[in-house]
Amino acid sequence: MKMTTKIVQNRGLPTPSRREVLKYGGTAAGIAAGLSMPFVSRAWAQAVEINMLAWYGHGEPDMVSEFEAENNVKFKPKYYAGGDNMLGLIAQSPPGTYDIILSDAEFVQQLNDAGYIEEMSPADYNFDDMIYDDFKQFPGHWKDGKLHSVMVRFGHLGVSYNKNAVTAEEAMSYKCFWKPELKGKVGHFDWHLPSLGMMSLYNGNGANLWNLDDGAWGKVKETTMSLRPQVGGFFDYGGTFNSLKNGEMQAMCGIGDWITGVLEKDGAPVASVVPKEGGIQWTESYSIGKGSDKADMVKKFIQYMLSPRGQVRSAQMAAYPGFCITHAGVKALQEANMKEAERTGQIDGAPNNPITLVKEGRIHYRNIPQQQSLEDWNDFWSEYKNA
Amino acid sequence: MTIDPKRRFDPYALTWRMPIIVWQVLFFIGPLVFMIAMTFFLVKNYRMHEAFEMKNWIKMLGRGFFWDSYFLTLGLATLSTLCATIIAFPAAYALSFKVSANIRRWAIFFLIIPFFTSYLVRTFSWYVILAESGPINAMLAYIGLGPYTMLNTKFGTMVGYMTLTLPLVVILQTVSLASIDRSLIEAAHNLGCGRVRTVFTVIVPLAKTGLIIAAVFCFILSFGDFVAPYYLGGSKPPTLPIMIIDTTKSGQQWPRAAVVAVMMMVTLFTVAFAAIMVAYRKKT
Repeated sequence: MKMTTKIVQNRGLPTPSRREVLKYGGTAAGIAAGLSMPFVSRAWAQAVEINMLAWYGHGEPDMVSEFEAENNVKFKPKYYAGGDNMLGLIAQSPPGTYDIILSDAEFVQQLNDAGYIEEMSPADYNFDDMIYDDFKQFPGHWKDGKLHSVMVRFGHLGVSYNKNAVTAEEAMSYKCFWKPELKGKVGHFDWHLPSLGMMSLYNGNGANLWNLDDGAWGKVKETTMSLRPQVGGFFDYGGTFNSLKNGEMQAMCGIGDWITGVLEKDGAPVASVVPKEGGIQWTESYSIGKGSDKADMVKKFIQYMLSPRGQVRSAQMAAYPGFCITHAGVKALQEANMKEAERTGQIDGAPNNPITLVKEGRIHYRNIPQQQSLEDWNDFWSEYKNA
Repeated sequence: MTIDPKRRFDPYALTWRMPIIVWQVLFFIGPLVFMIAMTFFLVKNYRMHEAFEMKNWIKMLGRGFFWDSYFLTLGLATLSTLCATIIAFPAAYALSFKVSANIRRWAIFFLIIPFFTSYLVRTFSWYVILAESGPINAMLAYIGLGPYTMLNTKFGTMVGYMTLTLPLVVILQTVSLASIDRSLIEAAHNLGCGRVRTVFTVIVPLAKTGLIIAAVFCFILSFGDFVAPYYLGGSKPPTLPIMIIDTTKSGQQWPRAAVVAVMMMVTLFTVAFAAIMVAYRKKT
């Protein structure tokens, strides 16, 4: 058989013929080109990156994957815990670092005053469908008739408890935290604002819970200190979650359904209620970061979050659930997951319907202290933790 | 005239020394100096401004809870050091004198394995084990004891500290004990010294340097640990590392957090230098 290829031996090394070079070289070039194509085409269709500053969970796939796929964008979240932390992160970053900022409503005004967020056009968002008139003009979100932030979800804080240790009746007052059987079993979410707000409500300050003169502030401190012997620990999100789940803490101050809701769905015997002294509303709103060059896409995302699809995702967010804010959202949730809508009272006539509670005056929007500085409250919190 | 070879400029030797010197200057001395400078800065509207004010020092050192936290952290780290040293010694002794070199090598390998896993993950596993509904309390329940609260207590913190430091202390003690000249121990026995007396009058003094270095490592790691007191101790009350986190989280008071950090560094330097002086002090 005649060899079709010819190898010429030269100094012990095989030397391919010109035809072989062309043949194998062409094949190799073809393979290399073929292998590199996906990368080239991927580079051409590279997703636009959107930098998000938010509480944990908002940039996770259960919240953004649908929007990402539809719009060829990719969210790059930076998570914070607490409004102070958020303001600090923005203050230390150059303008334009964050395209979209999820903020607790009480911090929007500070964001705006510091010039960290863009003005928004009210015509871009469907305020008419919001379930409560107050939410359309949420405090701090508008300034001189200009919109700076859009509320997308909310929730209530009150007494969170283990049903095996505290009865539903006892949980209807913050007094249950002082129950002798709960000594060492009351936990705190480690943030001064919600816990001290609850102590203020327990002291009967009602709608003035954040507007405390020296006397009222002194009494809030006194009440809080009296709870210290009951306290078993101060926890972050993970710690709060675990200690309630394994029964180590049987009542928790400073949280609400945003944590117990996740556990409840998992079968844990825990619940949250708004007690008779009143509860606190946490409110989350989206703003467009100052200097963002992706403002149009961010606007589209906020519109998506206000749409029924976005609202259903928000209501069932894996990290922590929140109430729907639009009529269409509530309706979509009922269609998608009636059980969850019932559990959270998001059906007409439910005694724990979030808007019913607001209208009854039992819910107070979370705010920052009016007569003291945040530093005063934080100082006291440190003192309390060390007591 | 002859030049003392020790004082002669040697570019070759200096070249080899430079990387560690540059590293230390860039990543230790530099940041340390900046941190000290930062303690005099001020924060306005969540932004740090360069200044030279004593306000942060006065504010932090003037607070009673800072000193409560300081002495608590110091006490817990000291207790951790004592516990680790005492618990580790019998194990290190056995590994050094009672087992073959092969078994010792395997034991050291197994002591290193925990470091393959994140300390945070190891700490969270204790969360399950120490819970009132966890396996320890379940076993105690069989003999009619408990349940005992172990999480969110100082005991929980100590378990976390041991998780972090005990394998390291055992390794360092083992290396130190294993290097003792056996003929000195045999000489002690031949001269009629009993086993226990040999341990305290011959072995411990001979391994003193290694034992103290192990204890110093334990103290440093425990003193600066955030994870154990936060997750297993329930931040109740907070130690200094937790106070640093709290201070930075609230109002972005990095300068005040720097004050706490500088106080911690001063304490660690003092303890480490004192311990090293004791470790290397020769009998006169």
